[in-house]
Formats: sequence, structure tokens, C-alpha cells
Amino acid sequence: MSFRDNPFGEVRLPLLLGAAAAAVVALLVAFALLMTDRRQTYQAGATSALRRASDQVVAPVTGALATPVRWIGGVGQGISGYFFAVSENRRLKSELAVARTWREKAVTLEDENARYRALLGLTLDPPAPMVTARTVSESRGPFANTRLINAGAERGVKVGHPVLTENGLAGRVIGVTPGVSRMLMLTDAASRTPVMIQRTRARAILTGDGGWAPELSYLRGRDAAKEGDLVLTSGDGGVLPRGLAVGRVVRGADGGWRVRLATDAAPIDYVRIVMFEDFVKLEDLRALSRPSPPPPPTPVPALPVQKPKPDQAKPTQARPTQAKPTQARPTEARSTQARPTQARPDPARPDPARPDPAKPAPPPAAQPAPAREPAA
Amino acid sequence: MTATARPLRISRWVGLPLLACLALSLVLATPIRVFGLPLPEPVTLMAPAFAWGVLRPALAPAFALLLGGLVLEVLWGAPSGLWAISLLAGYLPVLAIRNVLAGQSNLVLGAWYAVTCLVAQCVGWLITAAVTGSPPALAATALQWLSTVLLFPFTVWLIARFRDADVRFR
Repeated sequence: MSFRDNPFGEVRLPLLLGAAAAAVVALLVAFALLMTDRRQTYQAGATSALRRASDQVVAPVTGALATPVRWIGGVGQGISGYFFAVSENRRLKSELAVARTWREKAVTLEDENARYRALLGLTLDPPAPMVTARTVSESRGPFANTRLINAGAERGVKVGHPVLTENGLAGRVIGVTPGVSRMLMLTDAASRTPVMIQRTRARAILTGDGGWAPELSYLRGRDAAKEGDLVLTSGDGGVLPRGLAVGRVVRGADGGWRVRLATDAAPIDYVRIVMFEDFVKLEDLRALSRPSPPPPPTPVPALPVQKPKPDQAKPTQARPTQAKPTQARPTEARSTQARPTQARPDPARPDPARPDPAKPAPPPAAQPAPAREPAA
Repeated sequence: MTATARPLRISRWVGLPLLACLALSLVLATPIRVFGLPLPEPVTLMAPAFAWGVLRPALAPAFALLLGGLVLEVLWGAPSGLWAISLLAGYLPVLAIRNVLAGQSNLVLGAWYAVTCLVAQCVGWLITAAVTGSPPALAATALQWLSTVLLFPFTVWLIARFRDADVRFR
């Protein structure tokens, strides 16, 4: 055999085998991509450069495609408005009469609430600024429910900002690029929203599943919900502001409680992005979760050498109450979430949860009895 | 050599259908309602995936599906790899049974296409349930499967268009 002859010239890979091998290689690449995906973290920087670039390309294209349909829809609305103006006028007048009664009640209640707030010294969340934008693309499949909005980082939109329509909460921002943001809908399978039933104040987690009505998970208590109850955001966790309308409770086909979203009342076209800062993000979470240093040893007061009396307390009984800083930590973390400005420890004012090394431990008789028991 | 005897280029039977399906997905992502109903969201790439498996085993379709799946993911905001895996999971069984599918009527092909789409949807359902921790709604999954199955005429057209376009495909 000469050198020029190709020894593998007659070797031909079966086509089917080659195609299957290519498919397996592609499958492995796709699996590796799935494993490295950080989309589910929904944190700033989790979206890849490819996603950000594609969002910027897709948004103007779908926006342009939707424009003629919007025009046609606007013409149709104009024609129907012309022909149904009389009946609509009657309906609006009756609605106005009802609304006037409600307005008087609202003014009275607002005044009453203001006085109660002044009496209690209650501080509410400050009003957050909003940005109005338009949705330019949507995905509505079972595995992803997201939308692109034509407002981005240049207008101050950040990851985590809630997105509202005129009817209620629609979702929150999960990706931001200049000019375009991606919003995760409440119906997405990865969406989790802390909510409450307005009537009972029962807490639950609104869990999306790609369907039209997300599920109310972790709902506890008897008669916590019934058909038609209003569902609002609870504000738990500080991710969303409290009191945003989410929808109404309905019974699902599986027997569980679900929520018919308020945003289903009309097409999601124009949206408002609330510049609400997540309380959790204001904190240094690593500092909060870092274990606190052990308390310095309490100086034992010099006692005169004498035989202890039997009625005196034993020094070992004082130990459980004075050296348990970790039990006090959850309370500390909770209070910092509610009031971020009080999160930093004031050096001038020692933390009441920790024992003061300068002071000797109080006698055990002065400690309340429940403090000695371990926390549940 | 006549012009008809030339081998069919990959760009024609793989590239163009891929681009057409992605363009259709882009159009269907437009946030509009027709008669009060939102547009359907079929997995458009399932149609060429089935047709490519029936037409000829080749290296290009697998990588075309990988690429198309990645584009769908960035378009729809789905986790990376979800649609690429689902499409390839639908394409591999077609490759395996292509001898069975050869010469079958459109009705039989349609039934197999529906089964293939079901396999792809089930894989997507399982991946989403594993990634998010909550199973997607079966009704929504079934609706997307149905809208994908309705693309079968496009699959038939692709098979009829390219079956006799190259002597190697026979």
C-alpha cells in the first residue's frame, strides 16, 4: 500500500449512527447549558450576555410587528365606541353614582386611618416612584411565562422591581438591559409570591405553574379562604410592597385554592414598574448570616472564701441564660428587615441581646424562668 | 451533470426551515389578542425535527435543533437547554424508527408526529418540574402540545418537498 492511499478511505460511518452520535453530542451540550443556567436565581447579573443581547434585538422586532395590530384594534375600538356610546354613557352614569358614595366613605375612612396612625405612631412604606412602559413581546407556554418591556436600565429599572397593570400585580423584573427589561409573570412555573387573603389575613405563597390560575400554597387555618376572597401581596420578606391587588380566590379543578389574577381582566399592554427597593437587598445578608463572635468570658466576681449557704443559688444555673447569643439572632434579623436604617449596631448603645462584658452576670434569681429553657 | 443531479445543500433542507420556524415563533410572540384570545405558542421546530428525521439521517439536523432550541429559550425566557433537550428528545426516536415510517400514509405519520411531540412536551415538563420544584399545569402543556400537533401539515409539506429533491434521500 502506497503512502498516498488513504487507509480509511473505505471506512464509512453508517449515516444513522453518525446522526445519532451528533444528536447525543448536541444533547450533552444542551444538558451542560441547563446545568450552568442561573436563570432561576433571579438575581442581578444572572442573565447571560446572550440573553441580554437577544432581548434587545427581539423587543423592537415584536414591537414593530404588534404596531399594525394595535392600530387595527384601535380603529375597531373607535367604531364600537361610536355605536355603543349611549349604552356606555348610561352604564358610566350608574357607576359614577355608586362611586360617589364610595368616595365619601373613603374620605371618612382615610381621615380615621390618619388619626389612628398618628395615635399609634405607625410608619408606612414611603410612596415609590413608577415608570410606565409597554410590553413588546410575550411567552405564554407552560414552561415559561415572561414578557419584554420597553423600559430598561436607563430609566432606573432594576431586577426585582414589581410590575403592575391598571388592575393589579402582573409580575416582577428578572432581567434588565438598556432599553428593555424582562418581566417574570405570576403564572410562570418559577414564580413565588408571598400573598395574603384580605378577609382573614391568612398568609400563603402564590405558586405559578404555567396555567391561567396560580396555586395558593402553604395556606393554613380553617376557613382561611373562600371563593371570591380578595388576594393581596403580603409584603412578607420585603420583596414586594404590601397590599397590591393580585386577584380573587377560586376553587381549582384539583380541589385546591387558586387565584384568578386581576390582570386577566384586560390585555396586558401598558404596565407600571414600581421602583420598590427590596428590603432584603438593602441589608448585607452575609453580615447578617455570619455567626456572631462568642461573648467574652464574664468576669467572676471575687467572692470571699467562706462556706456557701444552702439557700444560695448555684453559679452553674446562670450559664444558660447568659451565653445564648444565637437564640437572640432571629429576632434581631427580623427587626432589621422591617426597619433597614436600624440594622447597623450602634457602638454607643450595646445590643441588649448580648451580655455586657463590663457588667457581671445578674444573679440567677433575677432572671425570668422561661429564659432558661431552650428555644423551640 | 445536470442541475437536478446536484446534491441538495444543507442550507436548503435544514437552514431555511429552521429560519422559517424561528420567524414564526417570533411573530407568535407578539403580545396581541385576536378576538380576545392570545395567540397560540406552538413549538414550531418540532415540525422540521420530525421531517428531518424522516427524510435522511444527517449530522446537521441535530446541531440545527440545538441552535434553534437555544434561540427559542432566549426568545421565550426559558432556562438554557430546556428546549434544545426537548427537541432532541423528540428527534432521536424519529431517527430510531425511520425505517418504520418510510412509505407510511400521512395519517400514520400524523399519529407518530403527535407521539413525538408528546415525548418532547413530557421531557420539557419533567425538566421544568425538576428545575422549578413545581410541576407545570397539565392543561397548559396539553394546549401547547395541541397547537404543535396542528403544525403537521407543514411537516407533510417539508417531507413532500425534499423527499425526492436528492437521490441520497431515497
